[in-house]
Amino acid sequence: MAIVSSNSTTSAADPLEDGRKRAMLLAALYIAQEQFGWLSEEAIRRVAERLDLSVGQVKSTASFYTMFKLQPQGKYRIQVCEGLSCYLVGGADPIIEYVSAKLGIQPGETTADGLFTLEVVQCLAACGTAPALKVNDELYENMTFTAIDQLIERLQEQAE
Amino acid sequence: MENVELQQDQVAIPTYTELPYYRKQVRIALRNCGIINPQRIEDYIARGGYLALAKALTEMTPDEVIGVMKESKLRGRGGAGFVTGIKWEFARRSPARPKYVICNADEGDPGAFMDRSILEGDPHSVIEGMAIAAYAIGSEEGYIYCRAEYPLAIAHLKTAIQQARDYGFLGKNILGSNFNFDLHIKEGAGAFVCGEETALMASIEGRRGEPRPRPPFPAVSGLWSKPSNVNNVKSYAMTPQIILNGAEWFASIGTENSPGTAIFALTGKINRTGLIEVPMGITLREIIYDIGGGIPGGKKFKAVQTGGPLGGCLPAEALDTPVDFDSLVQAGATMGSGGMIVVDEDTCMVEFAKYFLTFASAESCGKCVPCRIGGRRLLEVLTRISNGEGKPEDLDEIEYISRNMKEASLCALGQLTPGPVMASLRFFRSEYEAHIYDKKCPAKVCKGLITYRVIEENCTGCMVCKRNCPAGAISGEKREVHYIDPSICERCGICITVCKFDAILIE
Repeated sequence: MAIVSSNSTTSAADPLEDGRKRAMLLAALYIAQEQFGWLSEEAIRRVAERLDLSVGQVKSTASFYTMFKLQPQGKYRIQVCEGLSCYLVGGADPIIEYVSAKLGIQPGETTADGLFTLEVVQCLAACGTAPALKVNDELYENMTFTAIDQLIERLQEQAE
Repeated sequence: MENVELQQDQVAIPTYTELPYYRKQVRIALRNCGIINPQRIEDYIARGGYLALAKALTEMTPDEVIGVMKESKLRGRGGAGFVTGIKWEFARRSPARPKYVICNADEGDPGAFMDRSILEGDPHSVIEGMAIAAYAIGSEEGYIYCRAEYPLAIAHLKTAIQQARDYGFLGKNILGSNFNFDLHIKEGAGAFVCGEETALMASIEGRRGEPRPRPPFPAVSGLWSKPSNVNNVKSYAMTPQIILNGAEWFASIGTENSPGTAIFALTGKINRTGLIEVPMGITLREIIYDIGGGIPGGKKFKAVQTGGPLGGCLPAEALDTPVDFDSLVQAGATMGSGGMIVVDEDTCMVEFAKYFLTFASAESCGKCVPCRIGGRRLLEVLTRISNGEGKPEDLDEIEYISRNMKEASLCALGQLTPGPVMASLRFFRSEYEAHIYDKKCPAKVCKGLITYRVIEENCTGCMVCKRNCPAGAISGEKREVHYIDPSICERCGICITVCKFDAILIE
């Protein structure tokens, strides 16, 4: 999709072109988040500039969606599913509590070394292999406490 | 194989279709999933892929395509069940240009994963279905709005779209027909409400995913206020098969008013979990017992939730209900997009309803008051009841709030949020009453209403429970009967799991 550089004449003549530029916002926020690790004021200002939007418009949109992070994030984002299927097989709460105790952080918080952020998320669509969690983009299924121990250990080694 | 004779005590290895899990299935949308390599367009073509698009472009007019879709009576598999052909006809008749074809792949229901499986396992079927829809309504551009939580689905879609372009199934002058069509993928960003079509289009436009009132319907004024056709992944995936095999073939499967197949994600307390595709009209009992293999651990079936967090549950008495759009609604649940969650006797229905309500109220976008405030209030009442602080007037309160949410909310999210509560109240009212009047949780789940007690005659004083209790609520010396202090006990149940002598019970 071509982004036409906006000047007042094109946008007045073709409201669709203006709309197309705004339509890049979610994708632009993802790119900014990838680069900065999270959506800082600076990142938001840059996205707004690039897309000819106000900072308010960008912030309002970013804050609507749970996947846009307005706080700094850990290197590994551990997202524990609290979907019903995970709950029914005894996952969800115990797993959240276990990870939380192990890392010493509450859901939404990041460890002091900046390595892990714990998040509680909605259904990861791995219901047939519940309980499930995700680390960044990687899905881990049929989780047990032992599997979590190994996973976190491996991530810690990887980070060193 | 003819040389091999089975001895009397030998059993032949069953073929795929003989397995109980597959015997009753009819796979239309899932026909290629698990069979082809989804990243090779050649595999899809070898299974008859893109033949339907070729047929539509070379042998049929757009009106004929719409005619076949209408005749097949395919109803939208996203849950609402509106006849797809009629939807396409509305979009075709809209005079404004350009027009858009949109695929709703924002599958967000807890317990549903069929759209993910189709996108990951057979992305070309969705692309082909969308191209046929585009030809029918007169569109040259399409969007697939996919949950960002599905990175593999997005990756497979990207590959598939590029391959389709390379083979000339997307792009300019497709198959020499002068028909142009191309596709874009839009990633969501974690908002359940974006599954609602007007919110979905707002999100494609790069705005907050908030729904707006309908009419105007998307067919008249949708994406960028242009005519747009929004269908679910499954509806598009079924389209090529309908065009190829004809409306009559499709209508011969399933029931008169709900032809074709239904796809369910079977999960929860059931022996065989996974995706199934069955002819409409099959009973819940056949799905749960014949296909799903019943309830594990010799437990008793209690309820099945269809339609996800906006659906409803049905009790054992409703097990012979045929599964189709109308029968499920009549019975008190909904078809929804295909989650089917089975629960056994150990599940508290108040807690179960509270779970869905917690989800739905957290996902309210906040734009309209009945949904934003109603969901919260409802959750407060349910929390009160499950904590043992329920009041006799609470059941009326639930009905009052639910009615208002249903009548006054802007979109289906708010209108259907009370669904699970209303259904569980209808079929399991006595459980609610036990919580409120007797201060008891019959399934022994709600922490505020249960106590753990040591059965003195069984306790050997082995100290295992005492060592494992994370709250330090258990006291007792070696070889003496132990005691659980209810004021310290956190009701986590670890003591029951570790006790080898069945010496702990829940009251």
